[in-house]
Amino acid sequence: MDNDDFSKRFSPGFCLIPREDGIPRAIIPQNSPGSYIEEARTLAASGGRFLGLWAAGDPEPRICTAFLLREGLIVLVLPLNLPEDPQTFPSLSSFLPAADRFERTVRDLFGFVPEGLEDSRPWISQGLWTVPPLASPPGTCIPETPTPDLQEYPFVRVLGPGVHEIPVGPVHAGIIEPGHFRFQVVGEKVLRLEERLGYTHKGVDGLFRGREIAAGARLAARVSGDSTVACSLAFAQAVEQALDFSPAAGVRFMRALLLERERVANHLGDLGALGNDAGLGFGLSQFTRLKEDLLRRNRIHFGARYLFDVIVPGGVRANLDDKAILDLLEENRLLAAEVGDLQKIYDDHGGLQDRFQNTGVLLPEVARRLGAGGVVGRGSAQAWDLRADHGGDPYRRFPPALALAHEGDVAARVRIRFLEIQESLALCRALLEHLPEHSIAEPLPDNPETAEGLGIVEGVRGEVLAWVRLAPGGVIRAAHIQDPSALLWPALEVVVPGNLVADFPLINKSFNLSYSGHDL
Amino acid sequence: MWKLLVKIFRTGRLTEKSSRPVTQPHTPGFGRSLAIRHVDAGSCNGCELELLALENPYYALSSDGAKFVASPRHADLLIVTGPVTKAMKDPLTKTLEATPEPRRVLAVGDCACDGGVFRDSYAVCNGVSPVIPVDHQVPGCPPPPDEIRRAILRAFALPRQAQK
Ligand code: SF4
Repeated sequence: MDNDDFSKRFSPGFCLIPREDGIPRAIIPQNSPGSYIEEARTLAASGGRFLGLWAAGDPEPRICTAFLLREGLIVLVLPLNLPEDPQTFPSLSSFLPAADRFERTVRDLFGFVPEGLEDSRPWISQGLWTVPPLASPPGTCIPETPTPDLQEYPFVRVLGPGVHEIPVGPVHAGIIEPGHFRFQVVGEKVLRLEERLGYTHKGVDGLFRGREIAAGARLAARVSGDSTVACSLAFAQAVEQALDFSPAAGVRFMRALLLERERVANHLGDLGALGNDAGLGFGLSQFTRLKEDLLRRNRIHFGARYLFDVIVPGGVRANLDDKAILDLLEENRLLAAEVGDLQKIYDDHGGLQDRFQNTGVLLPEVARRLGAGGVVGRGSAQAWDLRADHGGDPYRRFPPALALAHEGDVAARVRIRFLEIQESLALCRALLEHLPEHSIAEPLPDNPETAEGLGIVEGVRGEVLAWVRLAPGGVIRAAHIQDPSALLWPALEVVVPGNLVADFPLINKSFNLSYSGHDL
Repeated sequence: MWKLLVKIFRTGRLTEKSSRPVTQPHTPGFGRSLAIRHVDAGSCNGCELELLALENPYYALSSDGAKFVASPRHADLLIVTGPVTKAMKDPLTKTLEATPEPRRVLAVGDCACDGGVFRDSYAVCNGVSPVIPVDHQVPGCPPPPDEIRRAILRAFALPRQAQK
């Protein structure tokens, strides 16, 4: 890796530390708002993808901004130790539109003011508290607004003859998470969609503070249930980097296997639901059957259907004997064949393809500007996949091929899912066939000083990022998990206008974003 | 088309037998059909995955006479998941008000029972019962589908909990 070149281009005096278990990642402290904004500009201009922005409060207030480059992950940290009140930081939204909601979230929860941000509306907190809830030390009672008016959100209106509004949610008509959508519609056609999220805000960043590592891992696993493996793994990587601990090869293999099983389970569920939303109930029955088979095997071999809490900092809580490996290999073979059959049926089904094609188009250029990754990004020609690009161990040994499509419509996102299932299954097969002996979990070393770490994994929807700051004795001082949904929700807003109202459920399903992972 | 039919034929029937308690003719209850409205009050979406699983061919909840409906006005049973975030307190109460009597409330998952891992956060109400009266709870994180199903089937004949 041309690490030297790389550090010359950016901040002098740091290098990206390669790690065996994943991509190189570095935390770069910034000493002034000026250098912070300069560095961010350089990173964005040199092809870095903005991945998220978050804050940490008491006792060391700071803003953290993450960029993913081909070379590795970089987090800029701007300490806010200036004696001003209220504390401010420069907004990045003028050149990074995606930063808008993140900066509004920081303003809501911490009270730090993004200078230069045009949008003054709240985002996550919905005006429920009279003070920013994370500004005070943990355990403080946060006064609530006596009668919060949740309806009072200034949505942008479209005016004109025949234009009307459709409000949807927060309680949706199905087994779905809560959120509000406001459509501006003329006839059947959507002119504008605006999202209002934050209904599942549970104060996760606040709950991390002061927890032990093990309790923190349980919480991280519950940031977004369908990505529990990815969140647990990112958190574990962050803790392990902070403690300078490297998991054994066997543990890395098991983790990669679990991550792929989560991906396959989710893709199966999504493909079934997409068929159903386009009127093919057969697809739902078939894919949910395959998913249930997989979940039941998870229960037998790993002890949990959705693999909650199987990955812990220091290792994994599961082991496979030869019989289990043979069983999983047999499952793998059957599943690959079944999915192949179903893909042919989907491809040949005129009615289905008619609904999928040219619906909900995310143009590659727009996807790039919004920094979309994951299935959505790859369906719109954004060639980013941590497993294929960076290949820490074991991906280096069995590199998965990158799935890519250019059309950016629902059909492209369906195709990406089909491709990725087969690729994941091939990877699982290789991992199972070469699984090294491994000890289950090792005790973590102690940290004599405060230490920070980062973790990043290619989850079901894209890059899941974790950052943790540990006080001596393994107590979490602050932590944050960044689900890719936060970057993809704005992309949904862009995609829907121009489509029929009745196509919204289908488009939404083809994104299948997490509300909980966004709202934290 | 023939591929699709062959697949259906080869897959066969997968639905597992369940044991719905037979309600006696004169006891209060919902007879043979139960309409369920689900409200996510801020879950991590893990519990939703298991509720969705109830509709797969193995559990096929509808073959027991229970089905998920799109409006609380059609519902006999409210299933609530999540620790009830402060922002969902109001929508949850309104959903209950829109559900006609007789009705039952089932709290599914550790979060809905007492807040689970999110307990004592500034942003949650520590479960459903501090917000609306709960008739029955299913602990677990997430609870497996057969346990949720058992609780739903029991709800057919669930006596009403005293109003708080
Ligand atoms: S009980 Fe567990 S699975 Fe269910 S919503 Fe809560 S954290 Fe998620």
